[in-house]
Amino acid sequence: MTTLVIAEHDNATLKGATLNTITAATQVGGDVHVLVAGSNAGAVAAAAAAVAGVAKVLHADAPALAEQLAENVAAQVLAVAAGYSHIFFPATAHGKNVAPRVAAKLDVGQLSDISKVISADTFERPIYAGNAIATVQCTQAVKVATVRTTGFDPAAATGGSAAVETIAAVADSGKSAFVGKEIAKLDRPELTAAKIIVSGGRAMGSSEKFNEVLTPLADKLGAALGASRAAVDAGYAPNDWQVGQTGKIVAPQLYVACGISGAIQHLAGMKDSKVIVAINKDEEAPIFSVADYGLVADLFVAVPELIKAL
Amino acid sequence: MKVLVPVKRVVDYNVKVRVKSDGTGVDIANVKMSMNPFDEIAVEEAVRLKEKGVVTEIIAVSCGVTQCQETLRTAMAIGADRAILVETDVELQPLAVAKLLKALVDKEQPGLVILGKQAIDDDCNQTGQMLAALADLPQATFASKVELTADAVTVSREVDGGSETLKLTLPAIVTTDLRLNEPRYVTLPNIMKAKKKPLEVIKPDALGVDVAPRIKTLKVSEPPKRGAGVKVPDVATLVAKLKNEAKVI
Repeated sequence: MTTLVIAEHDNATLKGATLNTITAATQVGGDVHVLVAGSNAGAVAAAAAAVAGVAKVLHADAPALAEQLAENVAAQVLAVAAGYSHIFFPATAHGKNVAPRVAAKLDVGQLSDISKVISADTFERPIYAGNAIATVQCTQAVKVATVRTTGFDPAAATGGSAAVETIAAVADSGKSAFVGKEIAKLDRPELTAAKIIVSGGRAMGSSEKFNEVLTPLADKLGAALGASRAAVDAGYAPNDWQVGQTGKIVAPQLYVACGISGAIQHLAGMKDSKVIVAINKDEEAPIFSVADYGLVADLFVAVPELIKAL
Repeated sequence: MKVLVPVKRVVDYNVKVRVKSDGTGVDIANVKMSMNPFDEIAVEEAVRLKEKGVVTEIIAVSCGVTQCQETLRTAMAIGADRAILVETDVELQPLAVAKLLKALVDKEQPGLVILGKQAIDDDCNQTGQMLAALADLPQATFASKVELTADAVTVSREVDGGSETLKLTLPAIVTTDLRLNEPRYVTLPNIMKAKKKPLEVIKPDALGVDVAPRIKTLKVSEPPKRGAGVKVPDVATLVAKLKNEAKVI
């Protein structure tokens, strides 16, 4: 029994989500191999080989793999899939994009967003935006799954010394081409990797207020900024800040929800945080039902006070 | 150009589902059902592409129970021209739906298939990608912008940390994200018109597809409850608690 973990990376660094996925693979039992499909991604392969618990790294390198196009990455996974009992992807935008393609080609069902490994063929996964947890069993020859990173601790990034095996890269599909990307420049921690998140809701009122009030708090705490769907839809915060079932799923040490009422959709994305603080005027707001510390107050008064007190 | 728009009938997004006490699933008896919101965005996008003149015919497809006909009528009220229901009482999983859709793609030869990125019931986020794999077509998932020409589609898609743009040769599969568009309200005259549009009902057997489920649900349970904490009277108490009790700052 061997699990193949598909590495999430940007050709330069191994992304943290890979480490959580490796932990899930370790819990399955058996060996863990990691596939790095990229372009000039030698450093990523080396980083993957150093992760504790990894027995072997497969490294495919070609320009066609540079942008992680689903067609090419799926073909690369399929080229090495024979012999693996499990194929795990992080449940990130990339992983979700590729995993179903691999499963369909192998003619097996896929498990999305597994949050717990019960045995080698039985897993838990959230359904209905996290309002129910399904225990699912997959008895097919290969278990293809995406792994919800917040369900598993990251594997130690050092301590391993796996061999890196270079494998032949697949040819470009020719059907899809990368045109460009706009990745927001991050001068603060990435949302899904942050230890502390400061998040704003509809009560922020405008993008100016959002910035003016929450940015200094995030700076003071060294936190990432997040937002509710209401705030994103209203244009107060960029799309990729959205925390919730249809946005980012986060589980930081501390989540500070400011002016967020706590719609089910939002709670599904942050309720696994270690400590939740809610600041809201409305003492009936559902966010207080999950908050460890609730402060019923006007956030425009309380947040500046909080910044001063820190 | 023909566009195929698969739509799923799901529990309405406003309904808070309850887990059945025997752990066999969630209680969907007498619960309001609607079109999966992401699929509604897909229908709207197809209609907009038709209004721009790039698309000539929109075919809505649903797979499932007889009542999915209502979902298809809604799609036609938004602007789909005709509809196909692949009718079955079997619990359909994404791979089975993708196989049914693949058979319809072979039959109808659409230039574009556009569907929601995920259904809000099982939250799988698989069908579009699986269809693309089975039909050996390129895919652009999580679309926030779609530009269609006669031989290619350019799609901006939401990825972690921002967005990226892909150009796909046609035919292609596109799955929609929330911010692609805001679906229009369906008007009464359009609901009446939709009742007269053609709706074909076929069985999975007719498409030669085995729809048996591959993954078994052993039980469905309530998520672990997070106990409510305490209300603090002021900012000073909050900071003290975070420092001394929770030790997170």
